Amino acid sequence: MSRLHSLPVVAAALALFALGEAAAGGERAAQRDRMVRVIEAIAESVANGSVPRLLDADVLEAMRKVPRHALVPKDVRPYSYEDRPLPIGYGQTISQPYIVALMTHLLEVDAGDVVLEVGTGSGYQAAVLSELVRDVYTIEIVEPLADRASEDLRRLGYDNVTVRAGDGYYGWEEHAPFDGIVVTAAASYIPPPLIDQLRPGAKMVIPVGASFLVQHLMLVEKDAAGEVTTTLLLPVRFVPLRGGH
Amino acid sequence: MSLLAAVFALSTAAIAYEILLTRLFSIVLWHHFAFMIISLALLGIGASGTFLCFARRRLESRFALSFAGFAAGFGVLSVGSFALALRVPFNPLEVVWDLRQQLYLLQVYLLLAVPFFCTGTCIGLALSRFGTRIGAIYRSDLLGAGAGALLVVAALYRLAPQDCLRLVSGLGLVAAALGALHGAPRRWPAAALAVVALTLPFAWPDAWITPRPSPYKGLSLALNVPEARVVAERSGPLGWLAVVESPKVPFRHAPGLSLRARQEPPEQLGVFTDGGGLTAITRFRGDLGPLAYLDQQTAALPFHLLERPRTLVLGSGGGADVLLALLHGAQAVDAVEINPQLVELVRSDYGDFAGRLYEHEGVAVHVAEARSFVAGSGRDWDLIHVALLDSFSAAAAGVLSLSESTLYTVEALESYLDHVAPGGVLAITRWLKVPPRDSVKLFATAVLALERSGVEAPGDRLALIRSWNTATLVVKNGRLGPGEVAALRAFAEERGFDLAYYPGIGRDETNRYTRLAEPYLFEASAAILGPERHRFFDDYKFHVQPATDDSPYFFRFFKWRLLPEVLAMTGRSGVTLLEGGYLVLAATAIQAAALSAVIVLLPLWWLRPTAAARMREVRRGRLVVYFFALGLGFLFIEIAFIQRFVLFLGHPLFAIAVVLAAFLGFAGLGSGFSARFAERATGEAAAPGLGPLPPIALAVAGIILFAGAYLALLPSLFQELIPQPTPVKVIVSIALIAPLAFCMGMPFPLGLRRVSTQAPALVPWAWAVNGCASVLSVVLASLLATHFGFTFVVASAMGLYVLAAAAFWR
Repeated sequence: MSRLHSLPVVAAALALFALGEAAAGGERAAQRDRMVRVIEAIAESVANGSVPRLLDADVLEAMRKVPRHALVPKDVRPYSYEDRPLPIGYGQTISQPYIVALMTHLLEVDAGDVVLEVGTGSGYQAAVLSELVRDVYTIEIVEPLADRASEDLRRLGYDNVTVRAGDGYYGWEEHAPFDGIVVTAAASYIPPPLIDQLRPGAKMVIPVGASFLVQHLMLVEKDAAGEVTTTLLLPVRFVPLRGGH
Repeated sequence: MSLLAAVFALSTAAIAYEILLTRLFSIVLWHHFAFMIISLALLGIGASGTFLCFARRRLESRFALSFAGFAAGFGVLSVGSFALALRVPFNPLEVVWDLRQQLYLLQVYLLLAVPFFCTGTCIGLALSRFGTRIGAIYRSDLLGAGAGALLVVAALYRLAPQDCLRLVSGLGLVAAALGALHGAPRRWPAAALAVVALTLPFAWPDAWITPRPSPYKGLSLALNVPEARVVAERSGPLGWLAVVESPKVPFRHAPGLSLRARQEPPEQLGVFTDGGGLTAITRFRGDLGPLAYLDQQTAALPFHLLERPRTLVLGSGGGADVLLALLHGAQAVDAVEINPQLVELVRSDYGDFAGRLYEHEGVAVHVAEARSFVAGSGRDWDLIHVALLDSFSAAAAGVLSLSESTLYTVEALESYLDHVAPGGVLAITRWLKVPPRDSVKLFATAVLALERSGVEAPGDRLALIRSWNTATLVVKNGRLGPGEVAALRAFAEERGFDLAYYPGIGRDETNRYTRLAEPYLFEASAAILGPERHRFFDDYKFHVQPATDDSPYFFRFFKWRLLPEVLAMTGRSGVTLLEGGYLVLAATAIQAAALSAVIVLLPLWWLRPTAAARMREVRRGRLVVYFFALGLGFLFIEIAFIQRFVLFLGHPLFAIAVVLAAFLGFAGLGSGFSARFAERATGEAAAPGLGPLPPIALAVAGIILFAGAYLALLPSLFQELIPQPTPVKVIVSIALIAPLAFCMGMPFPLGLRRVSTQAPALVPWAWAVNGCASVLSVVLASLLATHFGFTFVVASAMGLYVLAAAAFWR
């Protein structure tokens, strides 16, 4: 067979491949839609005094856009859009989508904001934030994870996210103060420099718990006067005393 | 003779293997999963009985070969199965989300059941083949098990657990060689096996059998940090310690540090026990300045209520709480730490790093268990400080909820308070959970302890504060005065800690800095001090009723009532409210019961055409009841009394080894003694000179007499004797265990002997029933003790023995 003859075959194959990709893309989008509907249903059912019933529409829209499957290791990709935490290697996990949505909601960020994340992990939280704010600075202590997330985020076009490998304790002084901070790195206490780098009126969210399980969220708020208050939020509708209050 | 020696060696190896697997899987996974995996694997012994029901004739006809073959199988697979099990990518943390994990778990069970199946087959086969020597064979089995318990603890002091595994494998092969000698005309197979026994165990590559902690455990996570590395390891029966240096990103371990703290902790070395449970060794150069951060933790509160207190630190670990005492100018510090290897690390290996902390003027370190140290001390202190040693993630995930802890029982707090000088303070720090559990239970425990000591208004002596992740309870020996109240309010205010309780607190003073949905701790303390206490315990959705020595499960917060509410929650959002440990225990019980039913019932169904007639003669129902009741009863008593004796002897591992060895050893002698009855007359023989009662009735009467007497008398006897030196306590313990265990060793061989004369085909079946019951027994004993206490467990065992006797009598 001459080269000329093989051209249509190649073209057809390419067209099929493109179609397949598009179909897969459409499938993914449908999965994300479903995921967001699950998130909304969970929000509806767990809402309590401090956890909202309705999550911010922009946050949900961001969750609809970010290709979670492209940010997790291959072996867990089939579960990307299920509402469950996923292992991403190096003993790290990414939280279940509802928790990511809730944390992002709690930050109350705007389009012009600059946000710091400590604990990049897969880069998923950073990607979601990237859809909502001007700049995301994110620090990851595990170098291979930082490299992988940085590459994935660049490939997916999240140009407003900057990943740095290193110690998150001191925050990122050059870009401080921040309009929001997310700390997903486990620590026995909260680094004071991070609180310093929080702009008055801004919020910091920290999930607390063991691997795979976020027990509760810690919301640190700095008021206009620089006073810090903290709230421990349970992402479940639950009162410990029977009959409630 | 070689047969009895072979049974002894194999039994030694089997129990050592069981204990080693628990150790190894506690390193790889977590203790409660280790418990579940090994419980299920032990059903391999029950399954061996089922297998023997079918294969008995064929194997008995070539006894030496069969015994040697299966024993050699154990020798090889004890290591081989473990190596393969390590390769199964099982991650228990994903079980809730991922169905594949359940298949992996099944693979692990099956792999580890094989070695136990091999030993079970050997011993079951010996019992079945030599019906007239059942008493002696069972004696070897029990004596071997007793020896194994001692051997493994001794070996773990010298060798890493994976190297102990090599020993066990060798011992299994020695048993095979001894078995091959039995009645065999040729010696060379035994000689060949002996050669294998001496070589094979050393041939396993280290990399195949070295346990590596799950990537989700603290050690693995710490080692992901650039330049972090393990600089020292210590292996012992209390755990595997790994010291980690992390020069680039410091540990900064300071639980519950105030958000207002500005100072970073000095350089630290992280010490991980079994790959988790971080304690830090902090750089100390004699200068107290860099230690000021310690004053920003809730645990520093008692030092603001007392002037240079003589301090006792219970659970000193890496020494942070000793430093805290030095920072506040404590006149003298006694530090109690249970793990001698941890003390050595701080004292010598990293002595310079730790600033010779344990040799510091006024500091004395004691390697001891906290409770018995305090009880036997004969002294008092101005401050007794119970340190926070377990890791937050372990506490958060509830993995401790199945482990006993006598550190936080009502009796424990009473005993600590007995040793606090007038005007002094007992302080206990725990992690704060949301919604609160530990701190609520701790408060209730203190109230009860004070009431039991005759204090009329316990509320006058208590204070509770919290940070965002820790809570510290203070119990004063005397009323908290206005000066102290002012000091504690100032302490909390400066650091942004929340006040949860002090005498006279108002609701508006609580829940200000780190807000919970409601001021739960304030409300809980008011309810516990008020007239509605029991209603509060009942209505609170977590189990916060104080733990006692009889049911020492401080960390169990789960109530079954919570389950429907959690399951009704959308998705799996409610799982965080459950405690893994307790649920794993319940899951173990369910799985073991289901599998046991299959193992026990399978032969009945299979053997129907051939053995049905004979089976009817011996009344299968009675046989099941008899051996099932014995299997449950024996371990119920053993486990419940181990618990009692551990508290008495102090050092848990040493105590477990001594008590287990004594129980098994004397039960073995009892079994040997039972053979006399059988020899003098078969069947329903009465023991000559002992009246018309059959020996089973005498044995059961003895068990009930001694177990009952001990239930009544041990607590007060132990209280009297606890200050005695250890050798005296060991002798007393052995003397107490001897008669009870001796009686407990008799019913099994007596019953089996009878089965053997009436329906030899059923001996393996009885072995299967007993094997399954033994597994269920351990799980049930924990569940029952959690809910009803150990007294109930012993009482149930007494009932079970009566049931067994009744089933046997007719």
